[in-house]
Amino acid sequence: MSVTQPPLKAPEIRRLDPVLEPGHTYASVTDKIAAVVLTRPLGIGWLAGFTLTFSLVMLLFGSLAWLIVKGVGIWGINIPIGWGFAIVNFVWWIGIGHAGTLISAILFLLNQKWRTSINRFAEAMTLFAVACAGIFPLIHTGRPWMAYYMFPYPSTMGIWPQFRSPLIWDVFAVSTYGTVSLMFWFIGLLPDLATLRDRAKNRIQQVIYGALALGWRGSAHHWHRYQSAYLLLAGLATPLVLSVHTVVSFDFAIAIVPGWHTTIFPPYFVAGAIYSGFAMVLTLAIPLRKAYGLEDFITMRHLDNMAKVMLATGLIVAYGYFVEFFMAFYSGNKFDVFLAQQRLHGPYAPYYYALILCNILTPQLLWFEKVRRNVAALFVMSLVINAGMWLERFVIVVISLTRDFVPSAWGRYQPTFWDFSTFIGTLGLFVMLIFLFVRGLPAIAIAEMRELVAQESHSGGDHK
Amino acid sequence: MTEHRSQLFGVMGEFATPEQILSAAKQAREAGYKHVTAYTPFPVEGLAHAIGFRWTAVPLLTLIGGLGGGLTGFGLQYWVAAITYPMNIGGRPLNSWPAFIPVTFELTVLGASIFAVVGMLALNKLPQPYHPVFNVERFARASTDRFFLCIEARDPKFNLAETSRFLQSMAAEHVSEVKDED
Repeated sequence: MSVTQPPLKAPEIRRLDPVLEPGHTYASVTDKIAAVVLTRPLGIGWLAGFTLTFSLVMLLFGSLAWLIVKGVGIWGINIPIGWGFAIVNFVWWIGIGHAGTLISAILFLLNQKWRTSINRFAEAMTLFAVACAGIFPLIHTGRPWMAYYMFPYPSTMGIWPQFRSPLIWDVFAVSTYGTVSLMFWFIGLLPDLATLRDRAKNRIQQVIYGALALGWRGSAHHWHRYQSAYLLLAGLATPLVLSVHTVVSFDFAIAIVPGWHTTIFPPYFVAGAIYSGFAMVLTLAIPLRKAYGLEDFITMRHLDNMAKVMLATGLIVAYGYFVEFFMAFYSGNKFDVFLAQQRLHGPYAPYYYALILCNILTPQLLWFEKVRRNVAALFVMSLVINAGMWLERFVIVVISLTRDFVPSAWGRYQPTFWDFSTFIGTLGLFVMLIFLFVRGLPAIAIAEMRELVAQESHSGGDHK
Repeated sequence: MTEHRSQLFGVMGEFATPEQILSAAKQAREAGYKHVTAYTPFPVEGLAHAIGFRWTAVPLLTLIGGLGGGLTGFGLQYWVAAITYPMNIGGRPLNSWPAFIPVTFELTVLGASIFAVVGMLALNKLPQPYHPVFNVERFARASTDRFFLCIEARDPKFNLAETSRFLQSMAAEHVSEVKDED
């Protein structure tokens, strides 16, 4: 080897933020996460937030009671607008749930280490969003006490559901999704419930967490089967989550209504679902890490990655909007062309422009690293995207239904107080459940964090 | 207090790192112990293998659940739409199978998932609120930061004094007797 050769200049490697701040041990991650549940006193912020959201839940119950007394006529729906807020909210909520499954299942299969500290509360978010979503089609049936007609059961009347209808597919897709998400979440919680049981400070905690932990003792045999089941569930949840919003999009795409009858709907609905879901994860994660001092676990790396996923899915959604327009004009179908023009110039055009602003233009700021690393900007942007995705469903439902084939069938849609109170009520329900979850169960998967500590100590804190 | 008859369940050694428990488990197997179990706060790669546990029925159960769910789903729809409640929808065939795929798919996933989860719990014999290892006070740390290797008394090679010494020889931080209270 020649001594005169100048040393090669090491290529400039930009250091990524860690997925876990250095210096943590098995005990320190366990202490920090478990303390939020077991020892931390209820702060004024939590109590105030819980009270506010609890009163919104009362508003929801009041609205539902009035709906059952009077019927769906209290809403702004009428022919030709049969769907209105109920379906807009349903699609919006179910879409939000999708990011939770994406984080817990798809990123698990892809071996993305950064998912570890956000998967637990993202899964909780999925469950609560599905719970909110499930309310709407149920009450939109008009006679919610007859909803069991949608399930195939041997009735004395000898009638059966119509399996050729996408609305029945929806029943199966959403109930399967809810069940599988609950099981996935519970299985993930099992070792952490055992941790809480072993660290419980009083008898009540011991009994509750002890019962929920099912006697988990972390034996190597248990872990072996556990990992096998967890991997299989992740593999099953991955196609499931893609199928759920696909089936939801079939509710529209199978119909012949202009603006709905397109083949781009399934992929663009799935992308939109993940887009809004990641926005909601950010909306929840940013205050959560701040309030409970979890910045070591939910680092800038996580926020940055989630912002990138939002940008990518946002671009797919933008592509969907473009293809909708392109296909309308390319097809030459006069109803489709007319509908496209109605989006730009019709009575609901302001909503369409607001949607473009929220979903396509604003997120382009995420190309800049400065924006992705600005927590406040990300938080605002996540709210803007959530609003944009709600507007998207509003535009799809309302513009198409008010402007279908013959002018005599055209109409207008005006939501009422009860439309808004029900929607705001479910927002309250969602946030209230999140409040309860954060104090009742570990918001970050403790056992997986310990595994991460072990991996980090092996790799010397280096990240791929 | 009533007299509890307690019998020896085994001896448990406590270790501080995943590497230590892994090597301890391997040595215990090499020393000829058959009834060895390890308890860890998170899954340690290769540990199940080291204590001689290789095959699990969970994937097979999942497959059975998935097949059962899918066949039930399609069978139900076929029976409803073509046999018991036939309806002419736009002149399409009664067995319009493409329309039955979404529900078939969902029920496949549902069946497989339920079998995976319930099967995993059943094979692990959970829920099981009582287990002798919980009698050891230090075992509470098995769900935080300590790794335990338990050699059970039913092992033919088990001998209280000798097995304890064996665990100590592998740098166990602490060795405790596990009592099973009858």
